[in-house]
Formats: sequence, C-alpha cells, structure tokens
Amino acid sequence: MITLENVSVAYGTGARRVLAASDVSLHVTPGEAFGLVGESGSGKSTVLRAVAGLIAHAEGRIVLAGQEMGRRRSTATRKMVQMVFQDPYGSLHPNQTVDQILSMPVAIHRLGDADRRVATALREVGLGREHRFRYPHQLSGGQRQRVAIARALILQPRILLLDEPTSALDVSVQAEILNLLTRLRRDHGLTMLMVSHDLAVIAHLCERIGVMSRGELLELTTADALASGTVTHPYTKQLLRSNQGFDPSSVDIDATPAA
Amino acid sequence: MSDVTLRADLGHWRGWLLDQAPGSRWQARLGRWYRAWLGFRRNGLAMTGFGVVLLLVGIAIFAPLIADREAATLQVLTQRLEPASWQHWFGTDELGRDIYARVVFGSRITLTIVALVSAIVVPVGLGIGLPAGYFGGMVDAVLMRITDIFLAFPRLVLALAFAAALGPGIENAVIAIALTTWPPYARLARAETLTRRRAEFIEAAELQGASHLRILLTQIVPLCLPSVIIRLTLDMAGIILTAAGLGFLGLGAQPPAPEWGAMVSSGRQVLLDQWWVATIPGMAIFITSVGFNLLGDGLRDVSDSRAG
Repeated sequence: MITLENVSVAYGTGARRVLAASDVSLHVTPGEAFGLVGESGSGKSTVLRAVAGLIAHAEGRIVLAGQEMGRRRSTATRKMVQMVFQDPYGSLHPNQTVDQILSMPVAIHRLGDADRRVATALREVGLGREHRFRYPHQLSGGQRQRVAIARALILQPRILLLDEPTSALDVSVQAEILNLLTRLRRDHGLTMLMVSHDLAVIAHLCERIGVMSRGELLELTTADALASGTVTHPYTKQLLRSNQGFDPSSVDIDATPAA
Repeated sequence: MSDVTLRADLGHWRGWLLDQAPGSRWQARLGRWYRAWLGFRRNGLAMTGFGVVLLLVGIAIFAPLIADREAATLQVLTQRLEPASWQHWFGTDELGRDIYARVVFGSRITLTIVALVSAIVVPVGLGIGLPAGYFGGMVDAVLMRITDIFLAFPRLVLALAFAAALGPGIENAVIAIALTTWPPYARLARAETLTRRRAEFIEAAELQGASHLRILLTQIVPLCLPSVIIRLTLDMAGIILTAAGLGFLGLGAQPPAPEWGAMVSSGRQVLLDQWWVATIPGMAIFITSVGFNLLGDGLRDVSDSRAG
C-alpha cells in the first residue's frame, strides 16, 4: 500500500545542506499499521510529510496504492491519503465551527450530502450533536483531536498518516484517542503510518516498527520484538531503555558516591 | 406583568446566544458576534465612537427629514453671513445658504467618499497582499515592489496630482484617495498571510485537496479581515481629512455641492468676523474623524481580547 524507495529529503544548499532523511526504504502492506519511532530531529516526521505530499522536493520513489506519486498530486490522490497532525490546537482553523471544518473536504471533492456525512463522521469519532457547531476554542484537546480525525476520515481515505497524534494530549486522553484509532482502523480497513517518539504509543497501535535516527532508518522490527526486548541494533536497545522511564531497580547503586 | 415576561424573553434570547452548544451554523455565528459585542460594550470610549458613527450614518440616511434639501443650495443674497438664529441654526454662508442644511447634506458626500474608498481599498489591498504572502518568491517580490513604489509618494501630493490630472470631482477624488491608501493594506494582508502560511490548518486544507484560491478565500481571508477592518476604521479619519483637503483646494466635490472641506475653504476669508462659516463644517470633520478613531481603537481592543 505504501512503498518508499530511497526517499531522501534535504534542506538548504551547498555547505548548509542538511539531509533530514536519507535513503529511507520501507513497505507497508494494505491494512497494516507501521510505526516510525525516533528522537526529535531523527527525520521521522520528514518521511511522513514526504508521504503526505507536503514536501514537494523529496527524492526517490513514493508509491501509494500502486500509484507512483509525482511532484503535484491530483485531487483524487489527495482523497486517498489523509493525515492527523500533532497539535490539535494548530491544525483546526480557529474561526470555523466544527461543522465548517468538516464540510470543506466534502465540498472540495463534491461528495454531496454534507449534512449526513458530517453527522456520521462526528458520531464515528465519539462526538455528539452538541459539538457540531462549536468553535475549536470551545473544545478540549482530546475533542479537538477527535475533530481532526473526523476531518481526515470524512474523505474515506485508504491511508491514514499520524504525526504524533497523542503527544499534545494528557495521558488519560491519549489512551482514548489510541483506542479510537484502533477501532477506526479495524472498521475501515485503514493502512496506517504513524510517527511517534513514544515506544508505548507506537507498540499499542502498530505491528511493525521502524527505528530512525539522524535521518536514517536503522532497524525494522516488530512490536512483539520490542515487548520481549529482542532487538538487534544498539540504538534501538538504548531507545528501549530510555523509554522504560524511572525504574528504581535500574539505578546502579555502586555508581552513587559513598557518603 | 408584561415587563416580567419581556425580561424573561430577553433572558431566553441571551441564553440562546451564549449557548455553549449551538444547534445551527447561524446560532454559532450570532453567538460569536454577541460575545464580541458584550466585550465591545464595556469599552466606554469605543461606544462613544460607535455612537458618533451611528449618528453620522443616521443623519446621512434621514437628511431630507431633518433638514431642507432646497436650503442647502438655495442662495438668499439678502441674508448673507448671518449668525445663528432660529431660522438658520448654524447661520448662513457668504452666499446666504443655510449652513445647518449644508452640514447635514454634506454628511452624505463624506460617507459616500468613505464607502467608495473602502470598497476599492480593501479588495485591492487583499488582492495584492494575499498572493504576495501566500506564494512568496517572485510573486512576492514583484507585488511588494509595486506596493513600495506607491508608498514612496507623499499621500496628499499624489492624490492632488491624480485629482488635478483626472479633473476635479467626487469620483476622481475617490480614485485619487484610493490609489494612495491601498499600499499599507497590501502590506498588512501580506504580513497576516505570512504568519499563517505555515499553520497546520493550512497544510491540512492542502492535504484535503483544496485549491490555492479556496485556501486563500476560506482559510486566510477570515483571519486577515479583522485587522484590515480595524486598520480601515482607524484610517477613516485620514480619508475624511484627505477628502476635505481635496475639497478645500477645489479638487474634490464641486460647488454648489455641500462638501465639508469646500465649506471650510469658502469660509476662510471671513474667518475672523464670521467664524461660524468655516468652524461649523470644521467641527463636523473633527467630530466624525474622532468618532471613527475611537471606534477603531475599540474594535482593536475587542479583537485583541478575543485572541486569547
């Protein structure tokens, strides 16, 4: 469904040229959820944005649902790939009601029957009639992210791209959004490509995981391998340790200076 | 009894407007306006300005009811330069015309100029500034250099040159003022667009397949309009003064049209002995300008507090 071959993205020219992603190749089969994990600046979001078509100057091949993506994407291709952004405060237009936000994609693609589609989309993400005519500032962070998910799904895409969809939310809301995404993926047979720095979030949603650092895809592994700790690359092991959080037993007592 | 039901009724409407979960697009929009109005109402000076502007519009609309249309242009040479009296509330000018009627009907000319200039300046400013900020690169460079050229001329001098070249008259005064007023709007629209260009909701719209035109009109224009409208309200005083200045120099409305600037001009020879001839229309210009300025300040305050 998603095939990347030697995708590279560089910013700047000459001596100031920075390679944000270099030679990334991966393949995601239909219905699969693939996670990209790495620290900030590892290039994972760059890869995602290249897949979304937000970076026009990406090099290499990007094939989505059997179609090779060019520099300009047609409206029909846009419909197939949708994205949920990291910051639900920045990704919704501040002066538009939920209803307006959700009606626009229906109008662009001339799907018709906007009223029913908007109502269905809201119901699917667990929002009610009372939220439909509110402005984003009248919604909580979790509700906003639900609106953003509804906006992506109202076009009935085959591929959903997720850019740290939970990192701006607090922990209890994170779980709700993750469960919602799991359910939507099952109901719609979505292929997902998700980016996060949080291994637990990635492992919850994705079966296969790619570990990125400094613009390179270091290792392809699975959620099961991460859970059992059977990863091969040293960087992945390090990432796994740093994600375990504060565990008193891991503190090396011998290393503390004697009083 | 009726007072109680009326109050209950008003409370009902208030609740409907402030509803946190509006039932329709219109209720949401009206509620938003109502909240802005509540904020605006608390600002005393802004309300004063709003009152002045409202009064001016009222006078212009109902001019034939509150003053005699004939008297504005009727020359009674036996009653030249008379001081205020019951017959002529503000006295008469050097041709024996009733100054009160002339000031009242002059408000129509002033408002017409202001409305026409706004109707030209806002679309032109947005039309130049939005693409410049949105597309950047060459488009930005070319459009902004054109704007710079227009900004480089002193405003009144350019307006004078245009009015002199095109010939005196209200239409040409409007064109001359509009030509010199739009560049700051283009810059403002460009700056507002630039701050939003990289916003995620714009990227989301792009991903949905929205065309550039749709993004500009539905996503960016609604965010630029408030600051453009505030700027326009604050510029009103300047526009009115430029119009009056052109009238004063004889390049605006032509006699016998009761244009305020031309009235001040005609009274300047008799300023010491018959002060009211120049002072009354001068006061009208002054009050109108202050009113628009206060209104603009108030609108700015309201839009600032809503940003949080």
